[in-house]
This record gives sequence, C-alpha cells and structure tokens, in this order.
Amino acid sequence: MSTFISEIYDNFISENRFLYLLQGLGNTLLISLFAVIIGTTIGFLIAVIRASHDKSGSFKVINAICKLYVTIIRGTPTVIQLMIMYYVIFSAVDAKILVAVLAFGFNSAAYVSEIVRSGIMSVDEGQFEAGRSLGLNSKLTMRFVILPQAIKNILPALANEFIVLIKETSVSGYVGIMDLTRGGDVIRSITYDALAPLLAVAFIYLTLVVILSAGVQKLERRLRSNER
Amino acid sequence: MSVNIDNEVLIEVKDLKKAFGKNLVLNGITTSIHKGEVVAIIGPSGCGKSTFLRSLNLLEEPTDGTIFFEGIDITDVKTDINRLRQKIGMVFQQFNLFPHYTILENITLAPIKLGLMTKEQAEKKAKELLIRVGLPDKENAYPQMLSGGQKQRIAIARSLAMNPDVMLFDEPTSALDPEMVKEVLELMRELAKEGMTMVVVTHEMGFAKEVASRVMFIHDGVIKEENTPEEFFENPKDQRLKDFLSKIL
Repeated sequence: MSTFISEIYDNFISENRFLYLLQGLGNTLLISLFAVIIGTTIGFLIAVIRASHDKSGSFKVINAICKLYVTIIRGTPTVIQLMIMYYVIFSAVDAKILVAVLAFGFNSAAYVSEIVRSGIMSVDEGQFEAGRSLGLNSKLTMRFVILPQAIKNILPALANEFIVLIKETSVSGYVGIMDLTRGGDVIRSITYDALAPLLAVAFIYLTLVVILSAGVQKLERRLRSNER
Repeated sequence: MSVNIDNEVLIEVKDLKKAFGKNLVLNGITTSIHKGEVVAIIGPSGCGKSTFLRSLNLLEEPTDGTIFFEGIDITDVKTDINRLRQKIGMVFQQFNLFPHYTILENITLAPIKLGLMTKEQAEKKAKELLIRVGLPDKENAYPQMLSGGQKQRIAIARSLAMNPDVMLFDEPTSALDPEMVKEVLELMRELAKEGMTMVVVTHEMGFAKEVASRVMFIHDGVIKEENTPEEFFENPKDQRLKDFLSKIL
C-alpha cells in the first residue's frame, strides 16, 4: 500500500508534476475542439458538393478536387500529415497548436465528408423529389429536407469519428506539442516510472471519450423522440 | 360528370421523347392539357406513363421535344423551373412526406421558405387545408403516426398550400391498403369538382370513368388512344387498348 501511495506522490504530487498532465489535457482539448469544428465544416461542404455532383452533375471541377483531397488524406498517415504541415508548409510559423488544429481538422474533414455523404445518400430519393416538386431549389431542399434527416442517420458514425480524432491528437508530441500523451511522457522521463503516468493518461482519454459518447447518445435520443 | 373546360391551354407537349441510355421510354408524345381538365393516364406497367407525368414538372429531363406550361417552355435551360414548379403540384405514390417535420410544418415549409407567405399566413392556410382534407386534429402529429390514406391526404394538402394551377398525381393510391383507397379518391373527386386541373396516372378504372374528363392510353411510349371516358371504355378502337381493357375489367 505504501509503495502505491509513494508512487502516486512521486509521479503526480511531488514538484506539482500533475501540472504536466493538466497542461497536456488542456492542449489536447483545445486541438480536438477546434479540429472538430474545422473538420465538420469542411467535411459538410465537401459532402454537399460531392452529393450534388452525383445527383445533378454540377460542380465537376470542384468535385474532382474534393475527391483527390479525400484520397490523399485518407491514404496517408495522420502523423505524416502533421509533420508535413509543421516542418514544410508552416515551417516559418511558430504556432504549434494552430498548425496541429489545422492538420487534424483537414484530416478529419476527409472522413467527415464521407460519413455525411453516406448520410445524404441514405435519404430516400423521393424526399429530394418532394422538395423540388414544391418549388424549393436544390440548396433549400438540401438544407431543410435532406440534411436534417441525414444528420440523424449519421450521428453514431460522426461520434465515432470525433472519438478517433481525440485519440489521434496523441501524436502531437511529434512536433513538440505538450499534449496529454506528451505530458505523461515527461513525467515518465523524470521519475523513470512507466506504469502510473501511462495509466493516468489512458484513464483521462477514456473519461473524455465516455463523456463525449454520453453526450451524443443524449442528442440522438432527443432527435429520435420527435418521430414517435 | 360534366366539367367546365376552358379553352385555355395550360400544358402543351410537343413530340416529347425520353431515353434512359439506349432504352427509349417516351417515343414522341404530343398532347395538350386545358384548364379544368382531369386527364387520367392508364397503361401497362413500364409503358412510360409515370415518366411522362414526371416530365411535366421536369423531375425527368426530356431527351427531346418541348413542354410549354402557361406559355413558357420549361425545357429551355433559361427557364426558372423552381418558379414554375411552385404552380405545378405533385402527389407521389409513396407520399414522400418529410418525416422529421410535423404535419403542419410539412404543409408550411415551402410557402414559408420560398417567402410566399409569413409563418402566420402559412399556418392559417395549412389549418384550413387540414380541415378540407378531413384531418384537422393532426397538425402536431408526425407522418409516422398516420395511416397511408391519411399520409396521402396530407401530401395533397401540402401541394395545395402552394396554390397550384395544375396537380400531377403519380399513382396516388397504388401504395395504399384497399380500405384507404376510397378516402383519397374521394378527396381527388372533390378537387376535380372544384375545377382543379389534374393529370392522374392511375390504375383505378372507376376513378377514370367517373371523374376524368379525358382518358389517355399510353403504350410503348406513345399515346395510343385518348378520348372521353364514355367513348374510351365503351368503344375502344386501338387493339392494344382492347387487350388491356379486357385483362383488367
């Protein structure tokens, strides 16, 4: 028992070492939150463009660009994309967090776009026709008829993507960002103790994901309840 | 049944053709639909009758030919089809109500979003329409809670909310349980009586006989015969039509 307490003391209390984890958690949350916002926004945009192209043949050039974008992002590891962003594209910029937000956001956008596109395709063609036959243009039909139904269908998949994104940010240390994973690493390098810091880090990630899942589940239930 | 038919031509179709790939579904249809007419379109499945109907509001884009609606060529790329569709109501076989909106929202969505009415005006009109289709107590229900017949009556109300000049019906009773067919046909009969111009693709020969002012038989992508219901059913001339009628009557 006393070894357990002394381990906790050494790794987290002594010299306020828990602050490494706290600072890391802050950065992980910051990067995840803004990456989700960027990823969702760009992802929806790409999905709507691609779905409109599939339906009516419009946006030929932009559609091709979007397709290429999704292929490249999905075909390369996130950590490589992050390093390219940091060491190549933004090598002159010294704002690590911002670069990470962009890298993870652009990465997530590709996955979100495919999820949203599948949601749009899952809505019955008759819904689109009903909207158009009432005189709504394709934009209004998409916004008020198709997307609300699509979002309801893809909520579980979107939640999954956000969970993956939170955990994916654990490679931020590759460009020297003090994220949650790196915070645990720093403690380990000071105390030469692997177990306690790693378990603590894992536990914090798990807590984040559980909270997120619970939130999404609540939202899902609220969206479904109005159909019964 | 006597119907007042204006001489005013509402829809004029000239040599309409539609191909899906190499499959020619419509092979030159020419006809005109006058204000106040109720045109019933019958024919074997796959004959192109639904495609023809769906061409009239450009849900299917014609391969060739022209369609004039109130004097405007809707096949012209410069025509604002969204504007014209506001005047062409459509009722689908599968109802296609919006499942995520209440009945009231289903009916008011288009008039409000298109800026044709304020929310208050649209809701007032929707409530009147709900009384008219006999479902005044359903305004806060969701489509899922309704029977097929009720859904189709709501779909008709949703179309009527746009004050259309013509209404297209694509097999409106084909997806209904038999006991619900009547309530929908009854409503359509009332609409016809009030002078609504209607084009109805249907398998309901009773409806065609009693309500239509003209019956049209489409086969192999062309109009084989069109006539008043009396002549059409009592005295068919086209051999295909005779065969068809002998099978179903």
